[in-house]
Amino acid sequence: MLKMTNVSKVYRTNTVETHALREFSLSVDEGEFVSVTGPSGSGKTTFLNIAGLLEELTGGVYELDGRDISKLNDRERSKVRNEKIGFIFQSFNLIPELDIFDNVDVPLRYRGFDKAERRRRIEESLEMVGLASRMKHLPPQLSGGQQQRVAIARALAGNPRFLLADEPTGNLDSNMANSVLDLLGEINEQGVTIIMVTHELSLADRAKRNIFVRDGKVSDASPDFAIAANS
Amino acid sequence: MFRYYLKLGLLSIRANPALSSLMVAAIAIGIGACMTIVTVQHLMSGNPIPEKSSILYHVNIDSWSDANPYANGSRPPDQLTYTDSRNLLAEEKAPRQVAMFKSNRIIQPEGDDELPFEADGRATSGDFFAMFNAPFQYGGGWDKSVDLSEERVIVISDALNERLFGGEDSTGRSLRVNDNDFRIVGVLAEWSPVIKFYDLNNNPFEGVEDLYFPFSTAIALEFGSSGNTNCWKPVEEGGRQAFLNSECIWTQFWVELPTAADKSEYLNFLEAYVEQQKALGRFPRPIDNRLSDVEEWMIVQQIMEDDVTVLLGLAVLFLIVCLLNTIGLLLAKVMRRAKDISLRRALGASKATLFAQYIVEAGMIGMAGGIAGIGTTWLGLLGLRNLYAEFDFINNLTSLDWSMTGLAIALAIVSALAAALYPTWRACQVTPASQLRIQ
Repeated sequence: MLKMTNVSKVYRTNTVETHALREFSLSVDEGEFVSVTGPSGSGKTTFLNIAGLLEELTGGVYELDGRDISKLNDRERSKVRNEKIGFIFQSFNLIPELDIFDNVDVPLRYRGFDKAERRRRIEESLEMVGLASRMKHLPPQLSGGQQQRVAIARALAGNPRFLLADEPTGNLDSNMANSVLDLLGEINEQGVTIIMVTHELSLADRAKRNIFVRDGKVSDASPDFAIAANS
Repeated sequence: MFRYYLKLGLLSIRANPALSSLMVAAIAIGIGACMTIVTVQHLMSGNPIPEKSSILYHVNIDSWSDANPYANGSRPPDQLTYTDSRNLLAEEKAPRQVAMFKSNRIIQPEGDDELPFEADGRATSGDFFAMFNAPFQYGGGWDKSVDLSEERVIVISDALNERLFGGEDSTGRSLRVNDNDFRIVGVLAEWSPVIKFYDLNNNPFEGVEDLYFPFSTAIALEFGSSGNTNCWKPVEEGGRQAFLNSECIWTQFWVELPTAADKSEYLNFLEAYVEQQKALGRFPRPIDNRLSDVEEWMIVQQIMEDDVTVLLGLAVLFLIVCLLNTIGLLLAKVMRRAKDISLRRALGASKATLFAQYIVEAGMIGMAGGIAGIGTTWLGLLGLRNLYAEFDFINNLTSLDWSMTGLAIALAIVSALAAALYPTWRACQVTPASQLRIQ
């Protein structure tokens, strides 16, 4: 369902040309839990940004559910992001002046759901992450782990088929990190495809498949190789 | 989504109170400066009698010198000679007509305590009140028989009635004017057209007169004119009668012509009249008869001073400077919110959606700026009123009506939206991925 073929991404300034991805090819099937590891600057996050339609690719083909993404206009790309993709960021990226309920509500507003439907989805998703009782709290009133759970609830509220997680446990202690990974595992069990970028190989082990990225390319699809390469 | 955008706008304004206040202040000051001048211009150029301005005509005929044409020949003289006003009045060719001149008089109140005082007066015809929709509190005007009989009747303003009679119905009572007793037949209700449209030759922004008496009576009593008098040749020896017979212009003549046919007929009549006068040795210049309705006459008389137009231009420039400041402030605000914009893009907001969100927020700031702008406009008008306090007419020109209030808010919103276009466009160009990974 996610297929990248020879994708490249080049950042250009007046004087420098940086190849973040080169001939990057990857296929992820529905229901997979894939971790993406690699050294710093290897292109992990660029891959995730392109997969999440947050950046344009420079070359190659990216197909999502059989559609060539490069042919979509801004409105169509936004619609795909809103309906098919959920994001989880390392820094949670909650809007501090909105309470938890309204934070989870953001993507649902853009989806155009009516009030009752939005409320149902928000309550369900917050229930799933164990924060239904904190709906009226502001993000700064929650712990890091709780904020990340809110971010997960926000990503799940629209029932996405993809969950893209960029270092989702990077700002959490080990207990909270395990708790979040357990939650991601449960979500994957329910059929949601998860692609998780992490630099911690122990966390990558929680995925069913590991992709190792080096110099903007997929180096090997074997977790064992990736662990060995990194150690 | 509009209500959602309103909510987000309110949150954003509350989250950045200092920046938001600066933007509101910049808009309010610009709107205040602009609207102060726009209000003065609006009042100066407004139609003072919209319900019938198109059927009231000021009459002009060219009785001036052939050697030295009036206004370099661009238009006939602004007023009429007494001879012509008297003749046109006597012909009664229009359904209603008025010959008149400004004539300030001395009022001698009853009793020993009150000293005589001068009041603005107008010698006019009985049709004056009906033609110009002058409202009555008590009594009424006078009819045509009075115009012919030189009867000493008078209509007074409500202000004068208040001063002399405590506001009671004074019709039937006597009023001594320049040693002549007049019988009060009517008391006007409050009447304060912004522009004294029926006499633009003599300070159109001063209030209406306190005294109105018949044209024929004023002539018989040898009341002089207090308005402008222009002559193109010397008045012959012979005192008052010689002046009345002279080619000096000092009277105004208006007609009410309800239909186009009436107007056409009256123009024909004027042509015949001028031909007749030419045969008598008057009117040396080519025939140039004109009927100008109220608004046309205001344009001819250039009621809108050039200074006001220049001031308006400067005020608009000042508003633009304020808007440029607002653009800068909005840009700063947008750049501070790049992460929020990126996040919303990631969660499914299209560029168009974000554009709408930020435009609504700008509109809210504009609305606040407009409301504050009404306050600054009011202060501006108050300043003008204090600066020119010695002129009575300034009160007429410095009041903020509902239409101007609405315009101030609308102008503020439109200005804020215009100012927001570039910052909002910039906001929509933020690459989502660039901000989301910042720790």
